[in-house]
Amino acid sequence: MTDSYEEYEAVVVGCGPGGAAAAATLARNGVETLVLERGVDAGSKNVSGGLIYAEESAPYTIDGLFPDFREEATERPVSENIIHNIAGENVKSFDIGDLHHHDTAWADSVLRRKMDSWLAQQVHERTRETGGGLLTEVHVTGLLRERGEIVGVTTEELAPIKADIVVAADGVNSELARDAGLMDWEEPEEWFQGVKAVVDMEPEIINDRFDVAPDDGAAHLFSGDLFDGVRGGGFLYTNESSLSIGTVFHLDSIAEERAEPHELLDSLLTHPLMAQWLGDEYDEREYSAKLVPDSKKAAHPSPHKDRLVLVGDAAGQMQAQGPIIKGMNHAVTAGALAAEAFADARARGDPSQAGELYEKKLHDEGVMDKLRPTGYKVFGRLGEVGPVDDLSNAIADSAVGRFGVRAASELLERAYSSPRMVSMIPDTKLPYVTLPTVIAEELGEPVTDENTVSPPDLADRIGDLTYDVGDPHIELLDKSFEASGTAVTACPVSAKDFGGGCYRDEMVQTNGSQEHLVSLDTQPCVECGTCAIVADTEWEHPAGGKGVEFNEG
Amino acid sequence: MHTVVMTKGVPDFREGQVSFDEEGHLERGKTPTVMNPNDKHALRAAFQTKVRNGGHVSLMSMGPPGYKEVLQEGMRDVYADDLYLLSDREMGAADTWATAMTVATGLQKLADQPDLVFAGFKTADGETGHTGPQTCWCLDWPIITHVLSLDIDEDAGTVRAKRLVDGDISEIETVEAPMPCFIVADPEFEPTYRRASHRLKHKDLREETQERAEEYEESLTVWDHEDLNLDPDYIGLDGSPTIVSGVDPIPKAPSEREATMIEADDSEALEPVLDELTPYAAGD
Ligand SMILES: Cc1cc2nc3c(=O)[nH]c(=O)nc-3n(C[C@H](O)[C@H](O)[C@H](O)COP(=O)(O)OP(=O)(O)OC[C@H]3O[C@@H](n4cnc5c(N)ncnc54)[C@H](O)[C@@H]3O)c2cc1C
Ligand SMILES: Cc1cc2nc3c(=O)[nH]c(=O)nc-3n(C[C@H](O)[C@H](O)[C@H](O)COP(=O)(O)OP(=O)(O)OC[C@H]3O[C@@H](n4cnc5c(N)ncnc54)[C@H](O)[C@@H]3O)c2cc1C
Ligand code: SF4
Repeated sequence: MTDSYEEYEAVVVGCGPGGAAAAATLARNGVETLVLERGVDAGSKNVSGGLIYAEESAPYTIDGLFPDFREEATERPVSENIIHNIAGENVKSFDIGDLHHHDTAWADSVLRRKMDSWLAQQVHERTRETGGGLLTEVHVTGLLRERGEIVGVTTEELAPIKADIVVAADGVNSELARDAGLMDWEEPEEWFQGVKAVVDMEPEIINDRFDVAPDDGAAHLFSGDLFDGVRGGGFLYTNESSLSIGTVFHLDSIAEERAEPHELLDSLLTHPLMAQWLGDEYDEREYSAKLVPDSKKAAHPSPHKDRLVLVGDAAGQMQAQGPIIKGMNHAVTAGALAAEAFADARARGDPSQAGELYEKKLHDEGVMDKLRPTGYKVFGRLGEVGPVDDLSNAIADSAVGRFGVRAASELLERAYSSPRMVSMIPDTKLPYVTLPTVIAEELGEPVTDENTVSPPDLADRIGDLTYDVGDPHIELLDKSFEASGTAVTACPVSAKDFGGGCYRDEMVQTNGSQEHLVSLDTQPCVECGTCAIVADTEWEHPAGGKGVEFNEG
Repeated sequence: MHTVVMTKGVPDFREGQVSFDEEGHLERGKTPTVMNPNDKHALRAAFQTKVRNGGHVSLMSMGPPGYKEVLQEGMRDVYADDLYLLSDREMGAADTWATAMTVATGLQKLADQPDLVFAGFKTADGETGHTGPQTCWCLDWPIITHVLSLDIDEDAGTVRAKRLVDGDISEIETVEAPMPCFIVADPEFEPTYRRASHRLKHKDLREETQERAEEYEESLTVWDHEDLNLDPDYIGLDGSPTIVSGVDPIPKAPSEREATMIEADDSEALEPVLDELTPYAAGD
């Protein structure tokens, strides 16, 4: 059979929260919508922390679009949020409930395999009624162009598909955004890397150890000196019968410090503070990792081109509101706004205006201002300038700074809880490392519980993951250690002196001289995207249904 | 389009399911009966014609009443619009010839005459591979065997197929035949769906057939030899010219063999290995 085109009114690529919201809104507007998802199941390729927020100010929330969402797809409502400042064994905890509840209708913990699969089922039913539907195991490889203009998508498994609108909701490593030249993989400063372990725990034990009711949950955040000076922090969220424990670090910091992400996660897991929650039996269900865009720097101000619109992580719309991470909610809002824009444009008889309208809606609805806050542009950026940064660190660490910290304990707690203050936080050591450390040293109490957890080593973590190995999907273009060596440590499933990961370095003798080289085996790759930035690679992405498959996410 | 797939129940030979007695004889009572795995390939091929060209897929078997569940399995795991079981005592103990006669008669009795009939390559127990071609002979239709992929041209009334020649993967030929036509699907048959609309329809039909399989008896027709107007002398044991005079068990390969383990980087220990291999390297 020849590969003749197929045509749909709308094609949505990816069925995470952004794609699901876009598809549901398109379907509600009677648009014939085809959704293409590469996983064996929606959610099988996805990772989040996962606290999903429904903001009061947002024009769309996930439960507004999918009324049974909280009932069917989430783990626990989370009403308590505490941040722990750590210096050695000293810990000072602040209740950041105000920040957590600010503009929040509700916040639930989620596991992505369960959440996205449920969403996908809903999306399929709704889009099927429009003559479209959802297909899994289809890998969209790029944009279909006619006379240089984007008119649809190409895929590995199907004949090319034309559409009046293409919604790229294909996540942080979006191939479509890169094919269109709207996003790149250049600057480590624009990204975080998130690593997570899902830990098995009986619901009753969770209720007991976290002192929460069966239908309630807690969030704990961690910062200070336990991560070897790498800028970022840790999180712990309670699920129904498991805990999500992870870390999110600035990628440039991971790269500079040559940090091993799995070891940073272990530093959190084995800290004495964790003993009260983890107890003596530690059973890790899954280890996972993924890049996270930093919207302050990465959110595209004009995320569209021809018939293509980018939503969610694909457009860099992932907000780090101080220690609170908001990606899923913004993906939902953006997805629905993009769909609404197309429906409006179509009603006006000019569907090609959808992109412009979408951009306008992002601004008018205040989404852009959350993603790229003005306060950060003015103050945060200033704080990142070298001399200012050095000075601030020195002051915070000085006798004066320490005195201030002691005197202003309450003020600090309030500052941590202020959405305006945290939106201005610069990406420096000061807020992530120095200040929390000083706070803990000056105000904290030692925690001396014995933590007996010994987390699985990397080989076991890799061994427990599910892979359907396809063809190698990443090619190492420059094998020299200078160009690609950072990946040996920064890759969450590789490590120095570990032979079972993706990247390893080796000394090779050539004609009497020695060369420091890097080699790559993509078999255990979790497709996080890190090496696309820190190494010189060319990406193809696995075929539909191939590659890593997360059961929890 | 009406397509019919022929199937047989076989012992489930998978590890953990199959059981043998002390003398190595299959214990049929203790081993569950399942749909012959090769017939699932045939059913997938038939399902593909339904997804791409529309129509109706029937699943037919000759066998004991217990085969109802084999038919249900096919309906649930792959697809079927309706099920036919040809069953009574007179049909029992049939060889491939008597089976073919019976099934061919069943096919001819269908109100909506089939355009395509599919059989599997061979069964997991009998393994003769005769039943399909013999059924076709009774119908006097063209037959295409070892089929890997199929395309149907409804307007021209033809089927075009890629097939393995001599069962060798490296030789594939394309042939065309008028319908009605008999197809034997190769175990390598790969349904392909390159259109989103086909995959969506596939998904719809899969959901539908799973629901139908829960109440499969509503879609089941059972015919005995009288329904088929068959003379008992020509079917079942009496109609079977094959005489199984005896069965020779195949001796098992000894499970314990002598082996010496040698570390690959121990060059001294490798020497005797080299000595052993050298004569062969010379071509002796
Ligand atoms: C460790 C970690 C912790 C986080 N914590 C939080 C948190 O607590 N709260 C929060 O709100 N956010 C959090 N985030 C961020 C959040 O996960 C993302 O912002 C969010 O998932 C973005 O949603 P999306 O729909 O844009 O993309 P995704 O959820 O990534 O979905 C993209 C979908 O597209 C599919 N896809 C990709 N490429 C293709 C292709 N070529 N063809 C077909 N399909 C394709 C994928 O399989 C996937 O299903 C965290 C992220 C990480 C890594
Ligand atoms: C004297 C004698 C007694 C026998 N007694 C029994 C017995 O008691 N129980 C028993 O199970 N077998 C018995 N057999 C074996 C039985 O006759 C054959 O297994 C049967 O005829 C099918 O042959 P096969 O298994 O080689 O199938 P193959 O020819 O290898 O099958 C090829 C394809 O033909 C189709 N097909 C095969 N059988 C059927 C069927 N029954 N209905 C519909 N389609 C079919 C399927 O699509 C199958 O993939 C007996 C044989 C003889 C000679
Ligand atoms: S090889 Fe690259 S994409 Fe894969 S896990 Fe390692 S860093 Fe991530």
